[in-house]
Amino acid sequence: MSHSPREQTLRLTLLQRSALWKEAVERTRRLARKRTADPADAARMADDYRLLAHDVARARSLMPETRTREYLEAAYAQAHTTLHRAAWHPGYALLHLLRDEIPGVVAWLRPYIIWATTLFLLTVAAGYALVRAYPDLIALFASPDLIASVERGQLWTEGLLNIVPSSVLSVQILTNNVVVSLFAYCAGFLFGLGTLYILGLNGLTLGAIFAFTGLHGLADDLFAFVVAHGCVEISVMCLSGAAGAAVGEALIRPGAATRTESFRLAAMRSGKLVLACVLLLIGAGVIEGYVSPNPDIPLWPRVMIGVAYWLFMIALLRGWLFGRFRTSAAGTPPVDH
Amino acid sequence: MTPSSLVVDSVTGVDVALPIAGPGARAFAFLIDWNIRAVLAIAWYVVAALIYHRAWNLTPPLDPDAPWFMYILLPPAAIYFLYHPAWELATRGRTPGKRMAGVELVGRDGGAPGVGAILTRNVFRLLDSLPLFYAVGLVATMVTRDHVRIGDLAAGTFLVYVRSNATLPIHPTNRLADTTLNVTSAEIVVELLERWARLDGVARRRLAKALLPASETAAADDDAALRARLERLSTGSAS
Repeated sequence: MSHSPREQTLRLTLLQRSALWKEAVERTRRLARKRTADPADAARMADDYRLLAHDVARARSLMPETRTREYLEAAYAQAHTTLHRAAWHPGYALLHLLRDEIPGVVAWLRPYIIWATTLFLLTVAAGYALVRAYPDLIALFASPDLIASVERGQLWTEGLLNIVPSSVLSVQILTNNVVVSLFAYCAGFLFGLGTLYILGLNGLTLGAIFAFTGLHGLADDLFAFVVAHGCVEISVMCLSGAAGAAVGEALIRPGAATRTESFRLAAMRSGKLVLACVLLLIGAGVIEGYVSPNPDIPLWPRVMIGVAYWLFMIALLRGWLFGRFRTSAAGTPPVDH
Repeated sequence: MTPSSLVVDSVTGVDVALPIAGPGARAFAFLIDWNIRAVLAIAWYVVAALIYHRAWNLTPPLDPDAPWFMYILLPPAAIYFLYHPAWELATRGRTPGKRMAGVELVGRDGGAPGVGAILTRNVFRLLDSLPLFYAVGLVATMVTRDHVRIGDLAAGTFLVYVRSNATLPIHPTNRLADTTLNVTSAEIVVELLERWARLDGVARRRLAKALLPASETAAADDDAALRARLERLSTGSAS
């Protein structure tokens, strides 16, 4: 460090402002803890920020290896954090998410949704064809208990409510489904391969089980069990897969951005759709716990519930439930009513 | 190794430097949080099981019913698995463990992260916690430049040190007016005096002699004399 009289004078001048720094730190700490109703207080905070910025810059050049500089750096950082703390309006944020952001994400993910759905349907068909041709292969997809039950001519879901209450069943099912859905999204980090694996495995399993129950004359019963909750549950599987595929593609083809930045943007954007998926799976879990295993409910109400909940899902994803009715052809923000 | 910093642009034109917490500080914060949530979950289970059985018995029933699942098993599981997202949403990224470890969560702009970022980093815990004990997350914090796990990469968040204990040394400004004592030396003198009683006698005498001019140390060799000379140097009462 230079010892020239000029620099020593500059340092001394800087240090003589220490009372102002202490005031600024005190004000910053107070405003970081609670909001202020006094506009003058907020204005003084902005002045403090400028003062600290100026003095940090001076301290960095005049006394870089000192505790004074460290103190100023900390004060400046805290002032920055306090001043840049965004407003916290959870209600408005949630409405904005459901009304504007999720429909935007769905539009952005449309190609991914189409491809994920196509892949899922192909794997369902593959699983169906495999087990239809080689019934022994069901052991790859289903548990021995499930296989034994079907071979006895009985769906494993029969009498389920006698063993597990609906509330417990709902929570177990929705927890499992939410975890699978979140995994399908997160696994996109493995360059999309994890997502493809989860999507493919679920499709193969569904097709295989339908084929196996069909071979034992239980396909209609399985359809009756699945239809109420399955319309949304399967759709959500495809949506989560699409979100994961977008994350994977962002890593494979980052475009102009860096790979990290591209991954962050894709994860943050498609994650909004995953949140909607979680909400939808909670409803599907309740239906699967209370409606699907109930033998007293005939087929047509099950179909009605399945279709109605699926339409509800479409309305949610399009933002219609929250006042979003029109979008311009150019894709500009919608007109709210 | 020099600790890395998150450098944030500011409208003032002077960058804000936030020191990034490394794997050690992150693991420390996580362990504190893990203990808190484990204690809370176990406490719930114990109290609820005792109420359920109406006896000193914590074992699950042979045929568990819905109340056992809904009131005894589900809440501790929810406490354990939703602890991080719930705390981070409620406190904008500052869980008790992070507070105790002296770290906080910030976004790329140096401010508190938003709801989306907090949810995203928590969803990616599924990946970071694989295969066991957050192994993937721990390795990620060791190999990434900013010591972040995959969830932080996805959400654009960073864990930085909170420097709330940074103190401003009392400067002998009258001594600084001349050129014999620069700011760095003055701060070291002040710090040595602050820590005088806590230092070993040999160490503090060695440090004092290194700081004082040779002419002053020749005459004084005992603790009290050296301290008095250091105080004179710092306050400028005599030269």
